Amino acid sequence: MCRLLALLLLLAFPAEAEEVVLGLSQNEVAITANFDGSHILIFGAVKREEPIPKGAPLQVVVTVSGPSKPVMVRRKERRFGIWVNTDSVLVDSAPSFYAVATSAPFDEVLTDVEDLRHRVSIERAIRSVGAAMHIRGAQAFADAVVRIRERAGLYRILENSVAVDQQTLFRTAIDMPANLTEGDYSTRIFLTRDGEVVNIYETTIDVRKVGLERWLFNLSREQPLLYGLMSLAIAIAAGWGASAAFRMLRQG
Amino acid sequence: MGLWGIMQIYLPIAEVSVNAFLLLGLGGLVGILSGMFGVGGGFLMTPLLFFIGIPPAVAVATEANQIVASSFSGVLAHLRRKTVDLRMGTVLLVGGLIGAGFGVIIFNYLKSLGQVDLLVRLCYVAFLGVIGGIMFIESLRAIRKSRRGGGAPTRKRHNWVHKLPFKMRFRTSGLYISVIPPVLVGVSVGVLAAIMGVGGGFIMVPAMIYLLGMPTKVVVGTSLFQIIFVTAFTTLLHATTNFTVDVALAVLLLVGGVIGAQIGTTIGTRMKAEQLRILLAIMVLAVCGKLALDLLLVPSELYTLGDVGGH
Repeated sequence: MCRLLALLLLLAFPAEAEEVVLGLSQNEVAITANFDGSHILIFGAVKREEPIPKGAPLQVVVTVSGPSKPVMVRRKERRFGIWVNTDSVLVDSAPSFYAVATSAPFDEVLTDVEDLRHRVSIERAIRSVGAAMHIRGAQAFADAVVRIRERAGLYRILENSVAVDQQTLFRTAIDMPANLTEGDYSTRIFLTRDGEVVNIYETTIDVRKVGLERWLFNLSREQPLLYGLMSLAIAIAAGWGASAAFRMLRQG
Repeated sequence: MGLWGIMQIYLPIAEVSVNAFLLLGLGGLVGILSGMFGVGGGFLMTPLLFFIGIPPAVAVATEANQIVASSFSGVLAHLRRKTVDLRMGTVLLVGGLIGAGFGVIIFNYLKSLGQVDLLVRLCYVAFLGVIGGIMFIESLRAIRKSRRGGGAPTRKRHNWVHKLPFKMRFRTSGLYISVIPPVLVGVSVGVLAAIMGVGGGFIMVPAMIYLLGMPTKVVVGTSLFQIIFVTAFTTLLHATTNFTVDVALAVLLLVGGVIGAQIGTTIGTRMKAEQLRILLAIMVLAVCGKLALDLLLVPSELYTLGDVGGH
């Protein structure tokens, strides 16, 4: 039923003037035992039925966002000579990873209104709507999330890093660090002219543990007692084995 | 790069990528100390794991698992040398298991208040400071006495500990004392072990020497014996409630740690008890000083991020 409705809607409204056709070097990131970060190429073309519109050139914004989770932010203050957590603010939703790549300086490719609407910039990707307003300067707490995660390489803004050829072909590369969390990484591509969004394309990059990593992780969540006993058994066996090996080595 | 680059390991539970040689080296270093002093080494390893970027909850839980292994090889070495008082160890263990249960309840309560980091640090500073100070002074006095040619220092044979009921004979230690003090020592070590994420040897060893009056040579093996079972219990508690035990991290740490512990045990038997004690005292005081500075100096980042609910 839904599909039929969508089809009718598609027929009723003409396709947009400019549309994204996308390619990814990989739509899956496999976290293996020697995973050391990943490098994803995002490239595509702009499909259009009409000649290239006159005026400002086409700009491209690419965002990759990890799964969002609430974050408790705590602030330290000096009490009785030592530094103690005093205030705390709950940031409703902050992505575990967030990268924005643009084809020109950020304020040239996107207006503030469009940024607000689509939550593109790092500051806007974090939601702290329900933040406790009795604490003055709740914004400082949201800023701290950005600052700490930027320093950890988890949030990054890459201006001028999307190459656009002939207003038709675009490509960029996004580095993902080694300390990724699992989940669906939503990827959005915005085409803009004069800072206005012309077209949006969305897809997901699947970040998953594989092999032994996956097996251990699943066991630890689904059979925690078994996993705990197994960890102990491995530890004790290794302890005893290495001890025996060391003794044999010394005796000749 | 070469081999160094290849040895990068992604830890499945901690969800970070770390160099395997770094983990082996850390394990080895702490293992040597564990064998020498009969301490689990957790009070050094846990902060070291924070420094290399392991999430604190994972570091604490995995450390418990690693202590089991490093202590296991240490206990085997001591059992062969017959320097474990099994009876005293069992009494301490009963207290330790009760204490660990209480400790986890206290830990979860503090976590809900958001003050667990501070209280853990304050616990460290207070305990390490007091114990390190007492041990340092005692060992200095003992060394001075033996230099003067007074022979082995004589222990006080009778104090208030000997007036309590439920007396039991501990042949290996050459003691005939009430079971109440060892059980209480076990309970307090268990509580602290669960809260501070350590084996608790650095508290138990001095308590056994100064409170129970056990011979130093037996103290190391017996404390390792108790630590094994209490940390195994703690590991299972963490694995089933917080899902924070990383077996890959534990295995890498213990491969280094087991070898280190063997070397440490050999060094320990060749040194005089007083020298061992003064070295341990200096190390305990150094860690205490570092933690105290962290609390007193202006932190470089006033804000910290934490998970909400769950773990």
